Amino acid sequence: MKDTPLSNCERDFLLKAIEEKKRLDGRQTYDYRKIKISFGTDYGCCFVDLGQTRLSCSHMFAIVCQTEHLCTLSSVFTVRQSELSVKLNRQLERCLRNSKCIDTESLCVVSGEKVWQIRVDVHTLNNDGNLMDAASIAAITALCHFRRPDVSTQGQEVTVYSPEERDPIPLSIYHMPISVSFAFFQQGTYLLVDPCEREERVMDGLLVIAMNKHREICSIQSSGGIMLLKEQVMRCSKIAGVKVSEITELINEALLNDRKARKAGGKCGFAESMPQERITALKKDETPVEMTDVTETANGIIQKGEAAPQTVPSPVVPVPGVGQVGQGLQNSWGLEDDDEDDYEEEKNDNSGDEQVEEVTKMDVGEGGLLFIYLDSLM
Amino acid sequence: MAGLELLSDQGYRLDGRKATELRKLQARMGVFTQADGSAYLEQGNTKALAVVYGPHEMRGSRSRTLHDRAVINCQYSMATFSTAERKRRPHGDRKSTEMSLHLKQTFEAAVMTQLYPRSQIDIYVKILQSDGGNYSVCVNAATLAVIDAGIPMRDYVCACTVGFVDETPLADLCYAEESGGVSSLALALLPRGGQIALLQMDARLHQDHLETLIEAAMTACKGVSKVLDEVVRQHLQEASVLTGE
Repeated sequence: MKDTPLSNCERDFLLKAIEEKKRLDGRQTYDYRKIKISFGTDYGCCFVDLGQTRLSCSHMFAIVCQTEHLCTLSSVFTVRQSELSVKLNRQLERCLRNSKCIDTESLCVVSGEKVWQIRVDVHTLNNDGNLMDAASIAAITALCHFRRPDVSTQGQEVTVYSPEERDPIPLSIYHMPISVSFAFFQQGTYLLVDPCEREERVMDGLLVIAMNKHREICSIQSSGGIMLLKEQVMRCSKIAGVKVSEITELINEALLNDRKARKAGGKCGFAESMPQERITALKKDETPVEMTDVTETANGIIQKGEAAPQTVPSPVVPVPGVGQVGQGLQNSWGLEDDDEDDYEEEKNDNSGDEQVEEVTKMDVGEGGLLFIYLDSLM
Repeated sequence: MAGLELLSDQGYRLDGRKATELRKLQARMGVFTQADGSAYLEQGNTKALAVVYGPHEMRGSRSRTLHDRAVINCQYSMATFSTAERKRRPHGDRKSTEMSLHLKQTFEAAVMTQLYPRSQIDIYVKILQSDGGNYSVCVNAATLAVIDAGIPMRDYVCACTVGFVDETPLADLCYAEESGGVSSLALALLPRGGQIALLQMDARLHQDHLETLIEAAMTACKGVSKVLDEVVRQHLQEASVLTGE
């Protein structure tokens, strides 16, 4: 499906606002949107909300026969192999796989023969910009949350225990790589963290830096036709370091809360994490708006303002099939007056009859007559 | 690979180079007469062939025409015999698509596309032998091909892959070094302004080493640009001798 192109005035408005360091949703240049992480009933299933961007991440695991003793970690993004999905897929792969965040050797079942294969599926439910960051948060949270079944091997025999028989084991994760996106505007003069969808449309290019909280850079990728300077890249990496530690805190907190909830035996899952959105109270807190001299200010504005424009009177229906609004001005076309009157009367008569005439002409003058010819079939 | 030292105590690498030494770069321009521009480039054992068609009218989807500049199409593919094991799928797989996107992005930044509105420039690069630094060799070969085609560019686009081993940056990685788990950074640079057209890094690297690595990459790219400049001037000289000027 083709995206509707962005209009020029919208583009200019966004760029002008960015030049004045203002963003559409009131954030500062380096602010992230609100991140909300919720988990499903199964282990390894999670939802991530980054503002309005919503993603879900789930896992599939199986024991497969592999000749190498290392497991594969493949990530699947959206169904269509469009350019964007390839880019995101590759970036996610590089961020997770190449940085070796998971101990793949521990996933070996029988050396040289059987190995665990874990597939991370990330589904985009709502794209409001910055899919990359949300996807990386979702993927790494789901991996941390995931528990694989316990196995025991006796020679060539492999027994997989169900969750009831033996507790599932979490994956051993070395570090949590999280990507931070920087959008560049006006040939690299302005930069924003966490672009929303509108900002993404007008940006020149994107720089994605994936780091973990130990300040190790896991991957850097610049895209779009922008020219960067070394100082810009260094500055971005410093900002990314700060953001990543904040987000890692958030993820750890969410995991901890989920673990506590499960231990306490409480209900967990998506149904619980959806907000109720019921009206539970009739009283609202006082709004933090200055209200003391509103009346005086309002009166002053009204006095200084112009007189209100004349409202058009509501339409009158003199004859079925004709609507009349206002009285009409003198005709200024320079025709003979009698012809004009006959012509108007004729028109009135015609539309009064039950004719299958679909006239959709509208004569509008300033405060003038508005004849609306209705379809007589209706 | 256990026991293979990427950097010995005396400062020599696997193939005997020093840490900041580039591989031997040889190039020829104008290898094909049919295409508008072509170039063949060898950097060590990595061999790449780049062909440029254009600027010409938009073929295929007219709807992708841009009213104020040219569209650049890139296709990156590897020959089936380029790697140690026969490559099953030379193009169309995810890695090739990603490489093509990166090449497109690099050249969109460097080529003066505003001079050719409503037209298309095609760049095809094929790797004939892969021994590390695929992306960099592609970019260098494509630069020469674009110059051979006579398409104006802001500056040479030079690329180099650098790695980080034992606190030392290694310039121009070969395949053994790349697959040895070294953090590698691929950088495409426009040397005169020091502007980075593309920056790509995999594998873990501490933030403090980033600056050193980028510096080393920029120095290596400037070295590559000198060699490319030599090649272009020599080609021009040969061509002018042939036309009897």
